Amino acid sequence: MVLPALNQDATDARLANMTMSDGGVWANTARESALARVKAMGLPTARDEYWKYTNPANLVMANPPEAALHDNDSVPLYDGIDRLKVVFVDGVFDADASDDLSLEGVEIERLADVLEMDIHWAKDLYGVLEARGQTPVERPLAALNTAYASDGLVIRATGQASKPIALIYKHESTTSDAILHHVIRVEEGADLTVLENGPAAARFNKAMEVDVADKGAFHHVRAQGRDHERRANTHIFGRLGTESIFKSFTLTANGRLTRNEVVLELTGDDAQAHVAGAALGDGDFHHDDTVFITHDAVNCESRQVFKKVLRNGAVGVFQGKILVQPDAQKTDGYQISQSLLLDDDSQFLAKPELEIYADDVACSHGSTSGAIDEDALFYLRSRGVPEGPATDLLVLSFLAEAIDEIEDEAIADDILSRLEGWLARRRG
Amino acid sequence: MLEINNLHVKLEEEDKQILKGVDLSLEPGTVHAIMGPNGSGKSTLSYVLSGRDGYEVTDGAATLEGEDILDLDPEERAAAGLFLAFQYPIEIPGVGNMTFLRTAVNAQRKARGEEELSAGDFLKIVREKAKSLKIDADMLKRPVNVGFSGGEKKRNEILQMAMLEPKMCILDETDSGLDVDAMKLVSEGVNALRSEGRAFLVITHYQRLLDHIKPDVVHIMADGRIVKSGGPELALEVENNGYADILAEVA
Repeated sequence: MVLPALNQDATDARLANMTMSDGGVWANTARESALARVKAMGLPTARDEYWKYTNPANLVMANPPEAALHDNDSVPLYDGIDRLKVVFVDGVFDADASDDLSLEGVEIERLADVLEMDIHWAKDLYGVLEARGQTPVERPLAALNTAYASDGLVIRATGQASKPIALIYKHESTTSDAILHHVIRVEEGADLTVLENGPAAARFNKAMEVDVADKGAFHHVRAQGRDHERRANTHIFGRLGTESIFKSFTLTANGRLTRNEVVLELTGDDAQAHVAGAALGDGDFHHDDTVFITHDAVNCESRQVFKKVLRNGAVGVFQGKILVQPDAQKTDGYQISQSLLLDDDSQFLAKPELEIYADDVACSHGSTSGAIDEDALFYLRSRGVPEGPATDLLVLSFLAEAIDEIEDEAIADDILSRLEGWLARRRG
Repeated sequence: MLEINNLHVKLEEEDKQILKGVDLSLEPGTVHAIMGPNGSGKSTLSYVLSGRDGYEVTDGAATLEGEDILDLDPEERAAAGLFLAFQYPIEIPGVGNMTFLRTAVNAQRKARGEEELSAGDFLKIVREKAKSLKIDADMLKRPVNVGFSGGEKKRNEILQMAMLEPKMCILDETDSGLDVDAMKLVSEGVNALRSEGRAFLVITHYQRLLDHIKPDVVHIMADGRIVKSGGPELALEVENNGYADILAEVA
């Protein structure tokens, strides 16, 4: 098959200055086959249907634009939560800044080490869930990640993790171009929480493959930092076994360009997948949530809850799909994407999709765009709350359904205080 | 307390005059009731006084303790001591009732240059006041008015009033949507707040609320004006004969 010229050019330009690391036989095989996928699919351009609302040029080009560093002087996120800290600086593991990688109920290794090994369980996952996620829609930037990633974590939860693992992504170079790849296996009945925080790099390509075995539970909360100029594209590929739970929440405030893709497959009966996000953009901000959930088992539940608050020309994108396979009876699918436009300059583009082949399912979806409710604003002001704080309260009210998806109360409170801080800073 | 002189108000968006010269004078410690048929301008009066958008004052004035309030923002009027109990209280999902109350109380204290209440002090006061209105801990925790019954919403309005301790309370059809028991509870809440320094303006369609909240003065409003004022007996007259007789009499 011949690629369209634009895609071919973009792919050639990017691959020209990429060097693949050498490792164990299985790792080299995984990398070679990922590279073959990249070459077959071609890297995306603005002409591609899946990138209609988000121009991928800056994510694809060989040398990304610089991104100024943001002064993060405040208390780190999750500070009050007992957690195992793992620090990456511009995409490179920082052992000195990290805690010892030992945690009860969990095995944690560096991907860099694992890729060197002759044999490792991660070979059944690394690039495997990513490759599965390439159909029916291609995600070439994820394959690029598999081919060239040299750092990240390989995590295997065998029981109840005694505390969350917090991945801290520091951005210290204005020209950094980071690729991280995490492989996570939650064994049967195990329970793991992974937290992420930080901008990571001037440009960040991150992939996370998560395999949740029967009755396993995976909780994920991430915040993408306060940097204004960073660009990021991330992929989460998840596979869910019987009666397993997968819950992911993302807070994005600031960032010039963000594309977060989540691709989940519910393969065991009675599984539960929740993906949620709150994005706040002011000015030069383009945020894209692209979600693809495939129901391939009976009596599973999936929820997508995405809220965006946009002002001063910020752009929000949502592409969300629920695919229900013929045998996935009793599916309960829910999808909501909403934007709160704080002025006339901001924009929200939504493409909700349902594709259902089973006949006994309940799926609902909705998408709205609106301004601050004037009646509610007057109600608050009539109680003495000035316009600024009253507007903030209504913004938080708007975001509440997404925040509610965070199960842990302390973590939810922490995220909420971040939101309040963001709003308060913008009030001056 | 509240002085309204020759107040003329039209809708901002269209050329429609709603209030055509309202005069009212409320002394501290008094309860005034305004009754009148639908469309007479009662609710508009309450909105204009509390500062809702969409209305334009074309003539006249309104002062609270001598201060002109019509140019103030709604929050400034609230801090000055004005309170409107809404006919249809607004639901605010995701904002806890307690958070809302504390934000409001402290915003007003701040605007008046007073110290904000500590979380502990606030909690103590709100629990005590909630108890007398039969508002339980669950209702305080739930999002503002979300899933509240009609009666719960109105009790919640009175709780806000009790917490904010305004000088001038306007009750806009507080009896609408209430059963007999709920009306009694709400009225008791209002009566408990009656004091020498505080005035009430009770807007209602029906005399029955005035059985519970006994007014000193009753006004009849029609076509944007106060057409008749009198004692509590005026409300009874309306109850027995409707508005037609009174309107015919003043026409």
